[in-house]
Amino acid sequence: MSRTLASAIIASHTDQKAATGEICRVRVDFAFANDITGPPAARAFRKMGAETVFDKTRCALLPDHFTPNKDIAAATQTKEGREFALEQGMLYWEQGRVGIEHTFLPEQGLILPGEVVVGADSHTCTGGTLGAFATGMGSTDLAGAWALGETWLRVPETVRVVFTGRRRAWIGGKDLVLALLGKIGVQGARYKALQFEGPAVEDLPMDDRFTISNMAVETGAKTGLFVPDERILSYARKRAARDFSPLYPDEGASCAETVEIDLEELRPLVALPHSPAKVKPAAKCDDEPIHQVFIGSCTNGRLRDLEQAALLLKGGQVHPEVRLVVIPASCEVYKAALENGYIKTFIEAGASVCTPTCGPCLGGHMGILAPGERCVSTSNRNFVGRMGHPESEVILAGPLVAAASALKGRIADPREVLSETDLSSLEVKDDE
Amino acid sequence: MNKTITGQAWIFGDDVDTDVIIPARYLVTDDPKELGAHCMEGIDPGFPKTFPKGDILVAGENFGCGSSREHAPLALLGAGCGCVIAASFARIFYRNAFNVGLPIFECPEAAKGIRKGDDVEVRPAEGRILNLATGEAWTFPPFADFLQDLLDSGGLVPWVSRELEKRRASS
Repeated sequence: MSRTLASAIIASHTDQKAATGEICRVRVDFAFANDITGPPAARAFRKMGAETVFDKTRCALLPDHFTPNKDIAAATQTKEGREFALEQGMLYWEQGRVGIEHTFLPEQGLILPGEVVVGADSHTCTGGTLGAFATGMGSTDLAGAWALGETWLRVPETVRVVFTGRRRAWIGGKDLVLALLGKIGVQGARYKALQFEGPAVEDLPMDDRFTISNMAVETGAKTGLFVPDERILSYARKRAARDFSPLYPDEGASCAETVEIDLEELRPLVALPHSPAKVKPAAKCDDEPIHQVFIGSCTNGRLRDLEQAALLLKGGQVHPEVRLVVIPASCEVYKAALENGYIKTFIEAGASVCTPTCGPCLGGHMGILAPGERCVSTSNRNFVGRMGHPESEVILAGPLVAAASALKGRIADPREVLSETDLSSLEVKDDE
Repeated sequence: MNKTITGQAWIFGDDVDTDVIIPARYLVTDDPKELGAHCMEGIDPGFPKTFPKGDILVAGENFGCGSSREHAPLALLGAGCGCVIAASFARIFYRNAFNVGLPIFECPEAAKGIRKGDDVEVRPAEGRILNLATGEAWTFPPFADFLQDLLDSGGLVPWVSRELEKRRASS
């Protein structure tokens, strides 16, 4: 049988045929939850009569959503998760040594090519960048995976997404995935897997790829896979916490659909309230004032994102009526941003810089919006009330548009701040 | 999920996301009653107070899109929702609803045909949805064998317990 990457990975983890559409019992290589989804998973685990997780080195709990604890209820919840993790002896990292799960776990080499990874968080699909079938599920499903080391998956159809044309230096992963959302919509890949390929992503840095896979779920997809290339394998080899065997799609494997995204004419994009698919070029948006800009999250809180924001903000000042909140997505990112001078640039420009957390992305803490406030955010969802009051608005964008908007006090294209020549310093270098 | 469910229809559109079903700021508990007190607040602030126990939600495509929070089906259960009929469901919500025992039925024709306030009856064993107000009836396909086995076991928790028992017995 000729297989797509998603199908090939599932087939290698089950004793069944793994035909498209078949529900298979699938072996799991890694299973994790966070401070919100972990405690209900722990309770379900006990209700199942499970005593120990299937493998302590392949099960993890990460405090990242409401941490550092935002209030007593969150502190109590985090404590319950921590106690379960310590009792089980599974992987757990304390605040100050962790990061947002979808940034931190790949950095630790805990999500690897060819693997099946499940997480009690919808953005688990981020791990698809490594050529892993990484997918989100709820707490009870995750408890089942912790107990049995397996889960059930329906073998999905695949939508191939082919990126073509020349990618300009100021076009990043966020623009690519927003262009895809604009084209196929928020349910364009429901129940399916995305497989990203094409000449325009061959030299795309890992951080941009993580952004693209991260928002696969916004199209309804189970996961968003990149086929392992030298860039992915070298990232994985440097960090791998265990052995791994990359898998590849068969030539000519049949797909539900092929979507082509031409980058030739692509301009920096935003998604307007209240849908990630309500996509528009930043330069064509209104001049209404914005009140906050958030640069961070599992979508765009990595080093390359902060490098881009710093390039625009260097020597400038955040608009007097705008609050800029910058949150590096992991401690590794934070430290590197500090060493590279980005954090100094942010603080000198008038930003508040916070410790790694999901924070405001899901309306948790560290930047909640009041009624009537508008926020340009590098995160992944702009649903009603996502970052605060139901009458607040979230505009999704990449780090360049976010930084330009912070300076201008309205939605702005980065080329309003720096010339195309200056922005060309963001061209991919060989060592990235 | 095999019991007949009867209630009045409350209509929602496409792409109802988990942030409006239950906003993240309430995710410091997984008690269905506490969550239910804020259910659907993002779309209709009066929903939790006015939704009568046992009524039915009818929605368009992609119901429950967004986050993996199991709190979303729990909030609907806590609010007294009898079941959800939708043209389609987002996949994580679909799994979660099964796992926490919220009955859900995928039926695009019924989702389109039912109007606000219609009395609706769902007969899961027969795979039928009846609009008692208009006499219309629709069918939906049976669940896949594996999912039916999960349901027959009483949900994922007892299913995993059974698997663990089998493993203990054979080791």
